[in-house]
Amino acid sequence: MDTAFLLIFLLMLASFLGFELIAKVPSTLHTPLMSGANAVSGITLLGAMMASGMESTFFAKSLGLLAVIFATINIVGGYLVTHRMLGMFKKK
Amino acid sequence: MKFFIESAYFLASILFILGLKKLGSPDSAKRGNLLSACGMLLAVVATLAHEEIVSIPSICIAMFVGSLIGIYMAQKVAMTAMPEMVALLNGLGGLSSLCVGTAFVWSRSIVTPLDSLTLALSIFIGGITFTGSVVAWGKLKGVLPTKSIVFFAQKTLTSLLLFASAFVMTFLAIDPAAGSYFYACLIGFCLVLGLLFVFPIGGADMPVVISLLNSYSGLAASASGFVIQNSLLIISGALVGTSGIILTSIMCKAMNRSLSHVLFSGFSLKSASKKAGEKGSYKSMQPDDAYYLLESAKTILVVPGYGLAVAQAQHSLKELSALFEENGSDVRYAIHPVAGRMPGHMNVLLAEAGISYDALVEMDEINPTMEQVDVCIVIGANDVVNPSAKEDTSSPIYGMPVIETHRAKNVLILKRSMGSGFSGIENPLFFKSNAAMLFGDAKKTLQSLVTSMKNG
Repeated sequence: MDTAFLLIFLLMLASFLGFELIAKVPSTLHTPLMSGANAVSGITLLGAMMASGMESTFFAKSLGLLAVIFATINIVGGYLVTHRMLGMFKKK
Repeated sequence: MKFFIESAYFLASILFILGLKKLGSPDSAKRGNLLSACGMLLAVVATLAHEEIVSIPSICIAMFVGSLIGIYMAQKVAMTAMPEMVALLNGLGGLSSLCVGTAFVWSRSIVTPLDSLTLALSIFIGGITFTGSVVAWGKLKGVLPTKSIVFFAQKTLTSLLLFASAFVMTFLAIDPAAGSYFYACLIGFCLVLGLLFVFPIGGADMPVVISLLNSYSGLAASASGFVIQNSLLIISGALVGTSGIILTSIMCKAMNRSLSHVLFSGFSLKSASKKAGEKGSYKSMQPDDAYYLLESAKTILVVPGYGLAVAQAQHSLKELSALFEENGSDVRYAIHPVAGRMPGHMNVLLAEAGISYDALVEMDEINPTMEQVDVCIVIGANDVVNPSAKEDTSSPIYGMPVIETHRAKNVLILKRSMGSGFSGIENPLFFKSNAAMLFGDAKKTLQSLVTSMKNG
């Protein structure tokens, strides 16, 4: 139970940090911010790797592998498209 | 080994936080994105070293396949189609969380209430994100009707499903070892709920929904983090979750509507002031005549809207702006926060065309000095320049912040026809004495202006 509380504290602190970090982003960057954040949410890939890599049933492993594919698309697509977009933002 | 993995996660979370911080300024944004990507790579490599993971080759193959698809999508997508792309990627993130949760249900012994509750949450939020994003994608792509779709007993069904899901989750929290049937029910519920949530949302409200779904995908990742007791997932999920919430609230404020109003009421047309006699007459102008106006203008303000994206007119706009500048005019751009179909969509299109972000002005900055603008060019925008929001207390959009182009000396409105915008609200701007309509496809109109400027 101790770990659980520690993790909940972590969630709370990270949420406040997120508010502080993002509240100041100018509207020009809202789309790249969103697609970049979207790529970060692909971090669920770690969970997918655990699910597919563990000793377990065939069903669970296959689902895990599917999850790995989906999360990787999310990550790679997200970061690359953000990179492409940010390359277009230029100052005179 | 455990020490190595945990340190890698620690470093990765620092990289995510720094990356997000740097994404907040145009000068450092590109570096921020790269830092964040490095953090992700580090986290993935470290996880491969985890002792519980035995089948590394199959994971690598799956990641390879995913990467190829991701690279293909990111290279191919047009900047005008960014909202669809983000919706689709978001949906995949949600689907991934759903699969992870489901896989754990059928492979692990679930003992504590925290285990069962977080598993249920990662399935539930992931499922809603998935089907919700797919509907959003369909609407943005035009596969599904963009209009708000409301059917009989929709609200009742939504509340019923929400209630049933809450009941199942409470039950799972009380009895963590309860059968997997409960999870199966939950999967069914959340998939339908995602559909029910997004179907009633109309096209112009898409920026809100996309932001909200983005937030959900982060929350789903956080829930998965509790399942595998991984602090990195919890931290990054929380960062994404809050970023989505902030964008959602910015979008709602820019429309002067509450989130619940956007989500649950569609757009009520009841109060729309469609008084018959109010229409008056409007002036229609040809590009040749508009040329004389623009040629002598000292300050020009461009207000782009979703119509610019539809007409793919951003490059013609850039060409025209360059000619104006050569002619000695000062050209600036004002973008309403909810213009387009996702937050910041118009900014990306202008950037793609090579327009410097220095030339962009915020709405609050330009409104007080609007009288000094010689010509305003409104391209494919409607509700965000509607003066009723300021003048007509009975208007459904009264109180919404708008770009007050009607106070400029002249307003040129590029529009396909006299049809009203998404919201169906009459726009008195078109009938003002200082306004003139340039009918037709925005790209063609801009190009004929380019020709006039070159020959003139």
